[in-house]
Amino acid sequence: MKPSRLIIAIPYLWLALLFLAPFFIVIKMSLSDLAVSIPPYTPQLDLSGGWEAITAYWAALDLENYTWLADDPLYINSFKSSLIIASVSTLITLAVAYPIAYALACSPQRWRALLVMLVILPFWTSFLIRVYAWIGILKTEGLLNQLLLSVGMISDPLTILNTNTAVYIGIVYSYLPFMVLPIYATLEKMDWSLIEAAEDLGSSRLSAFWLVTFPLSLPGVIAGCFLVFIPAMGEFVIPDLLGGSDTLMIGKTLWVEFFSNRDWPVASAVAVVLLVLLIVPIVLFQRQQQKLSEAG
Amino acid sequence: MNTRFSWFNATSVALGFAFLYIPILLLVIFSFNESKLVTVWGGFSTKWYSALLQNEAFLDAAWVTLRVALITATVATVLGTMAALVLVRSGRFKGRTLFTGMVYAPLVMPEVITGLSLLLLFIAIGMDRGIVTITLAHITFAMCFATVVISSRLVTFDRSLEEAAEDLGASPLDAFFSVTLPIIAPAIVAAWLLTFTLSLDDLVIASFTSGPGATTLPMKIYSSVRLGVTPEINALSTILISVVALGVIIASLLGKRADINREI
Repeated sequence: MKPSRLIIAIPYLWLALLFLAPFFIVIKMSLSDLAVSIPPYTPQLDLSGGWEAITAYWAALDLENYTWLADDPLYINSFKSSLIIASVSTLITLAVAYPIAYALACSPQRWRALLVMLVILPFWTSFLIRVYAWIGILKTEGLLNQLLLSVGMISDPLTILNTNTAVYIGIVYSYLPFMVLPIYATLEKMDWSLIEAAEDLGSSRLSAFWLVTFPLSLPGVIAGCFLVFIPAMGEFVIPDLLGGSDTLMIGKTLWVEFFSNRDWPVASAVAVVLLVLLIVPIVLFQRQQQKLSEAG
Repeated sequence: MNTRFSWFNATSVALGFAFLYIPILLLVIFSFNESKLVTVWGGFSTKWYSALLQNEAFLDAAWVTLRVALITATVATVLGTMAALVLVRSGRFKGRTLFTGMVYAPLVMPEVITGLSLLLLFIAIGMDRGIVTITLAHITFAMCFATVVISSRLVTFDRSLEEAAEDLGASPLDAFFSVTLPIIAPAIVAAWLLTFTLSLDDLVIASFTSGPGATTLPMKIYSSVRLGVTPEINALSTILISVVALGVIIASLLGKRADINREI
């Protein structure tokens, strides 16, 4: 059955109304001003005022919030530190995930389905709960410090919770399956006789890996990096629960602007800038996914 | 192939799984802790579970979350099936690029942006915030995940089966419901379960789009966690983890049976 117009129209309209249209409202809001009223912004469009009210409404929109963002180091620093935290944790996740994905691809066929399911299973359990689990481990009087103190590796408890280290641990832990699965998928399809050929031709196991295996797994590596980097950039729960008061991340800044300061226009401007920063990786990711799905 | 599963690979897998599962395991163990301290073992007890069952606020939040998740999963799976049909079978049509973009973008969109933008939409159209707005928001991002799951199955579907049914006199709609749907059913079940858990887990989007009186379980957990770690949260987490683990295991067994049936 080729989908009829109706089948196309229903999901299309749903996404256009509830995904696309809201972005224009965010952009509009980012051009408005904070006001002491409900809802807390100005100008409000009043169609009963006729044409004059509409032109006055457009005239009241300006880029003030963006100059505010550019002038206040809080916002610039949050963007910078989000970029650093997201990039570094993507690289750490890659380093942790690659050996796991590689081992899964080499594992005996009869275990493989089970092992892959075990990688996916934590992804199904609540994100919030998994982040919460680390609080009890990383606290000053927590389980990790108890363990390290009892084996005598440290003499004073380490302060890990409420630092950026805890944020890195949280991101790597939460997003690990997103990195393992795409890399595993490319490695699993790989023709292992290529490695044998490389070794027969005199290359060492390590150079065979760098010259053959790794380049062939690049599509999976790239997909995994996008899948970790993009959501990590806007992450709120991890920096809020595991990070300290000096952990600046843009998702947290947006949340505070919106819920604590109730400054909707500035929160919207932060959202627009974050989106602009992410548009390049998002579009690249989609292109790659499309290419992969067309290649079958 | 077996020879390649060296000690190095075995260690990677063991360490990887230890990293993934030890935090969850500790969380579960300390939910049975007698002591109020979550990090010091004080003997076995199930008292936090009974305390949980008497906590009205948690029970209310659980009921809200369950209703939202059930409706979200069902509507998102139907919309996701339609969107998957469009992506896989429509060929080129006007606005296809936009459509593909709208399906894939929410998968990676930071939740704070999705939440904020939907909230501003609900305010702009003057909708009262509550369970309805949370559900609409959840359907919107969940349907994209459903689309991806279902379209990956639909791509491998042999169209000639449907054509055969139509040649034998079935209407296109009949052919879809009696031939295609049963074959892609495992993907539909998987999509339903995935969207159900996505809705069950979501904190950020629900926080933005909910109003007074509609508190979901993650919102409740989040506000208690901010006040400190409590064994009651451990108990609640253990229940949620068991429900999800059970669901995933049942789904994968169903999937396996379907695979075996197909091979026969």
